[in-house]
Amino acid sequence: MERILMKGNEALAEAAIQAGCRFYFGYPITPQTEISEYLSRRLPEVGGVFLQAESEIAAINMVYGASSTGARVMTSSSGPGISLKQEGISYLASAELPCVVVNMSRGGPGLGNIQPAQSDYFQATRGGGHGDYRTLVLAPSSVQELVSLTHRAFYLADKYRNPVKILGDGMLGQMMEPVTWEGVELPSLPPKSWAIRGKGDGERKFILCMELDPRELENFNRKLEKKYRQMAEEDTDWEIFGEEDNPDLLLVGFGTVARILKSVVREGEKEGWRLSLLRPVTLFPFPYKPVQEMAEKAGRVLVVEMNLGQMVEDVRLGVEGRAPVHFYGRVGGMIPTVDEVLQKIADILRGEAQK
Amino acid sequence: MRTIFERPKTLIDKPFTYCPGCHHGLAQRLIAEVIDELGIAEKTIGVGPVGCSVYIYEFFDLDFVMGAHGRAPAVATGVKRSLPDQVVFSYQGDGDIAAIGTAEIVHCANRGELITSFFVNNAVFGMTGGQMAPTTLPGQKTTTSPLGRNTEVQGFPFKLGEMLAQADGSAYIARVALTNPRLISQAKRCIKKAFLTQIEKKGFALVEILSPCPTNWGMTPQEAVRWVEEKMIPYFPLGEIKVKESGSHAS
Repeated sequence: MERILMKGNEALAEAAIQAGCRFYFGYPITPQTEISEYLSRRLPEVGGVFLQAESEIAAINMVYGASSTGARVMTSSSGPGISLKQEGISYLASAELPCVVVNMSRGGPGLGNIQPAQSDYFQATRGGGHGDYRTLVLAPSSVQELVSLTHRAFYLADKYRNPVKILGDGMLGQMMEPVTWEGVELPSLPPKSWAIRGKGDGERKFILCMELDPRELENFNRKLEKKYRQMAEEDTDWEIFGEEDNPDLLLVGFGTVARILKSVVREGEKEGWRLSLLRPVTLFPFPYKPVQEMAEKAGRVLVVEMNLGQMVEDVRLGVEGRAPVHFYGRVGGMIPTVDEVLQKIADILRGEAQK
Repeated sequence: MRTIFERPKTLIDKPFTYCPGCHHGLAQRLIAEVIDELGIAEKTIGVGPVGCSVYIYEFFDLDFVMGAHGRAPAVATGVKRSLPDQVVFSYQGDGDIAAIGTAEIVHCANRGELITSFFVNNAVFGMTGGQMAPTTLPGQKTTTSPLGRNTEVQGFPFKLGEMLAQADGSAYIARVALTNPRLISQAKRCIKKAFLTQIEKKGFALVEILSPCPTNWGMTPQEAVRWVEEKMIPYFPLGEIKVKESGSHAS
């Protein structure tokens, strides 16, 4: 299989086209602008539409309009732009419209900077906009996975009629790695009979996002709840790396951090530590059960993130107090090093020895 | 016997839910009549607002999309770019289009988006109970300008039609009122031209429709009609503001 060296943002953009995305609406922001630039060239070649909107707010509402017609559609941004899109994402979730929203996140809060960070975890996994809704969140960890998870993102969006977020960061978007372009096999989906295209000879159809009767709105919220449960049952994904059966310590990290933690697992072997890494591939739904099972085996957990401690809350929910959960984070665009994490592990193990 | 007047086919047989004396119903009936006359119901998609006419989809026998407050022009852009052969119209009030959604309508017009936009201007936020809108007249009392709009503090009424006419992408901009049969006939001609502007791919089209709001103005329907004629029309003059006669907008 031929391997092509590609930049993360461009690989994601090409994967979107391969997945059948023909509409993209966006607004420039570092470190994801290459997605827009690539699609502005490529989409017209395949008969698609690239439109640079006047704002993130307009872009997400253009996504809403195109998705209403049944098209596969995407927008991308980074932290500050995703904040502006949150209103629209809430409406997309309410109208049950599929779409893919990419966040190549950067340091925050506010304008922050343009270095990689994972500080949008809460925003991505807790909904982010108003109302009781969820979006699926996929967390790629390599350029190859930017490709495979982009395919899966479009599939899951259509499967659930729900927005899907891809949460990367400036590192993944900007780095170059070899990619193979083998076909991605995904189950087929029913036609979008709900899409509005003009009523033609048939009955009129609506795309709505309002229900004034509280009983009816509760019923609708219950319907969404059922959908979110189904996501957890059928589409939770994670990877285990390193010692599976009898680890001394469980590491948990996603995306860019998981790459670093793989090196930590290998380096730890030299210290005589049997380390295990659990890497959530889906952040929502979160792999609570696998985290609990691995934490029980390990007896101690270290969560590493590029934030002040966000996913660690989900890990603690999964562990349910059955093992101590430690945290190590770097913020503001700083990236944790292998040595820093090894030192933290040494401190944890030594601290326990002293008890 | 010959039928000389009937309900437009595009209008569902269901009473409008607007307040007595409001002109939303009249405006929507005219839009339905034009859609019937152009024979485009099968291929027309409406995009509704947030405001008094949030239930607009209930009244039209058309496919309809309900979007977020002020974002109808962006939603309509997404629909039209996906379905370029269909007819797409948006329908918004003054709070929706001229306050929270100003950026979306300006850029939609400037792109020459091939949609038809209807803008109902009643000089207040209606659904939330009569607050000051960008189109509230100087001195006009509302629940958030209880002493009357003071232009030194609250600025001036927003002439959206004139502003959008400046955009190179707009092809047809008109302002109409529905306070007497002559003006209603004129309005219908403008509504038809606005649809034809889209169908003939000339560019963006907008019709601003001045409407009374007796409930929030604290007037009888008759008094409110007179107020439109005596107060609103002098500030918001009627007529075709921009008519681009020929040529495609495409570069």
